[in-house]
Amino acid sequence: MVRSYIPAEFIVEVDHEKCRRCKRCLLNCSFGALEFKDRVTPLHEQCVACHRCLTFCPEGAISVEANPLGFKYSHNWSPQLRKNIWKQAETGGVLLTGMGNELPYPIIWDCLVLDACQVTNPSIDPLREPMELKTFLGSKPDFLEFDTGADGTLRLKTKMPPQIAIETPIIFAPMSYGALSFNAHKAMAIAAAEFGTVLETGEGGLHRDLYPYKDHIIVQCASGRFGVHAEYLNAGVGVEIKIGQGAKPGIGGHLPGEKIGEEISKTRMIPRGTDALSPAPHHDIYSIEDLRQLIYAIKEAIDYKPVSVKIAAVHNVAAIASGIVRAGADILYLDGFRGGTGASPTIIRDHVGIPIELALAAVDDRLRQEGIRNQASIIAAGSIRSSADVAKAIALGADAVAIGTGALIAMGCRVCQKCYTGNCAWGIATQRPELTRRLDPEVAAQRLVNLLHAWSSELKEILGSLGVNAIESLRGSRERLRGIGLDALTLDIMGIKPAGR
Amino acid sequence: MKNGRAKINASGIYYRELNRMIREAIAAGEQEIELIGVNGQRYIADGIKQKVMIIIDGVPGNDLSAFMDGPTVIVNANAQDGVGNTMNDGKVIIHGDAGDVIGYGMRGGKVFIKGNVGYRVGIHMKSYKDQVPVIIVGGKAVDFFGEYMAGGILILLGLTCPNNQSIVGNYLGTGMHGGQIFVRGKVEKHQLGAEVGIQEIGPQDHKLIEPLLREYCEDFNLDYNESMSRPFIKLVPVSHRPYGRLYAY
Repeated sequence: MVRSYIPAEFIVEVDHEKCRRCKRCLLNCSFGALEFKDRVTPLHEQCVACHRCLTFCPEGAISVEANPLGFKYSHNWSPQLRKNIWKQAETGGVLLTGMGNELPYPIIWDCLVLDACQVTNPSIDPLREPMELKTFLGSKPDFLEFDTGADGTLRLKTKMPPQIAIETPIIFAPMSYGALSFNAHKAMAIAAAEFGTVLETGEGGLHRDLYPYKDHIIVQCASGRFGVHAEYLNAGVGVEIKIGQGAKPGIGGHLPGEKIGEEISKTRMIPRGTDALSPAPHHDIYSIEDLRQLIYAIKEAIDYKPVSVKIAAVHNVAAIASGIVRAGADILYLDGFRGGTGASPTIIRDHVGIPIELALAAVDDRLRQEGIRNQASIIAAGSIRSSADVAKAIALGADAVAIGTGALIAMGCRVCQKCYTGNCAWGIATQRPELTRRLDPEVAAQRLVNLLHAWSSELKEILGSLGVNAIESLRGSRERLRGIGLDALTLDIMGIKPAGR
Repeated sequence: MKNGRAKINASGIYYRELNRMIREAIAAGEQEIELIGVNGQRYIADGIKQKVMIIIDGVPGNDLSAFMDGPTVIVNANAQDGVGNTMNDGKVIIHGDAGDVIGYGMRGGKVFIKGNVGYRVGIHMKSYKDQVPVIIVGGKAVDFFGEYMAGGILILLGLTCPNNQSIVGNYLGTGMHGGQIFVRGKVEKHQLGAEVGIQEIGPQDHKLIEPLLREYCEDFNLDYNESMSRPFIKLVPVSHRPYGRLYAY
């Protein structure tokens, strides 16, 4: 075998003074980066900085550092670009990666700041006064009609369209069983049920063991139609048609045959060992009219429960969103260009799509201008990293947000971006049984509940400082946002003022 | 008093109302439902699981039998696009032509079409264990027949075509990675997608298609011997992992 020209990305240091040679690190390393030759010997090239070995080393004897190897400086030819070319020269292949866009595009969330009350309007202490985060996802009527009862009281006459009620405006983003382990899926289902939110299945179907969580699940129907049948469509509180995803807009998915073991095979309803290929488009959807056809085909099969349509944020997202809402979607799921993935060509992940902040503002504006904003709820996703991002997204017009990578990090993910290899040392993005059993669903669920609890408490603090007592009062309230360092056109698109105005 | 048979006049009724009436008839215990005056209503038999018989007089609209999981549907005319979309079980018998994207993602059951079909028929059909979907087309098909096919059986007969005429368009089996396509007649190499190979059919294949063709001929009152009067070729995927070596890991 020809030796690779690509230098190691990380250097693993073992302190042999501290090391007791218990080999726990070898058992934990799922990437083959440690050997035992009289003592623990690193294979630096294999290390992905998943930190599993050093987290479980009882002596704290291991450290992982970025390889300090010097490259002749060039602002243009970064070491990463050089490494990519070496890899492609060696393999001839399309570069694959996991997680979300890693390039240093400006992060608009970090250029937005929230308002607070001072003197002229009182802030509210959420620890002592009720604070409402409950959110309803679904189409809202254009107007309300009331009857007057015999005793003179008003009663709502309008029949409300079905809604998905969640206790906090945060849901778990669609990540398929296949990309993720069963235990990871189960952890999210337990946490969603305990906290009162929902988990989206992703396009890999729903394992039978998770059907009891049906009140907290939105099932997905994507182009591959894996595991999709009438019973599955009715196994949740709604159905999502996946058109695109922020990490790979416009392209399909390939779950490699190695990941299709017995349980995945059962859930996706395809034979073991075959590639699960999701075509790039739904081949029954080539237009808004076709999308309407599938939305209503699904509504007919689920007794008109809410249907969501998920798209990646791309250039003409506002016009597309308008078409989707007019096609009958009850929920519009917008995924920005930083959204994560289990596997995507690196070039697509890093260079296609637009930021969620701009897409969200543009879509919310357009739907308001057309007078159809009430017809669908908006879920914003694509790298929601903290409760501040949640609050800012809601102020920009989102009804709720979805967290994918954030939820995985809560379960132990180190964002090493190797999901596509199926070797996840933390038992999250893998199907290898010796790895998946590392993730205890009950423990992981508790970590997820803790995260939801923490973010929800922070949201209440934010609402209190804004002097409002319900998340409804922040929704679409862009006056409570200001921009720092954003150019005039960007501020205009976002409909916000610069800080100081 | 129900006698297990219901007749619904669909003339001028919006699909949502019509499909509600069908579901109510099934809930009331009807075994056989005859729809008369159907004129383009969509989603008939969508998501229905009961093993009832639905007989359609007139042309049903798109997505007939989408997500269907059990019934038998007989169409005494042409059908439109999207028949058997993501269908799980049951049978659709069409005494005429059918449109594009028939049997998309279909995982079980049968769709029998007497006449011709449009584009992308059998796209991404897949099989799982004893669920093996079958589509048989009596006439011709155009491009992308069996595209992305992952499992199941597609049979194209070209019964109405002269012997020397091609009965299928281009890009046949493009992206195919499972299942089998049988074509009664010749296929030129340029008509094939890159992911399929041609095989002669053997005794095992005969054993597979014979009962299906007998059933098909019985449903349409055709001569089984006529359906077997020309040699078949079989198309299979070159690999069940066509894109396994595309990536740099």
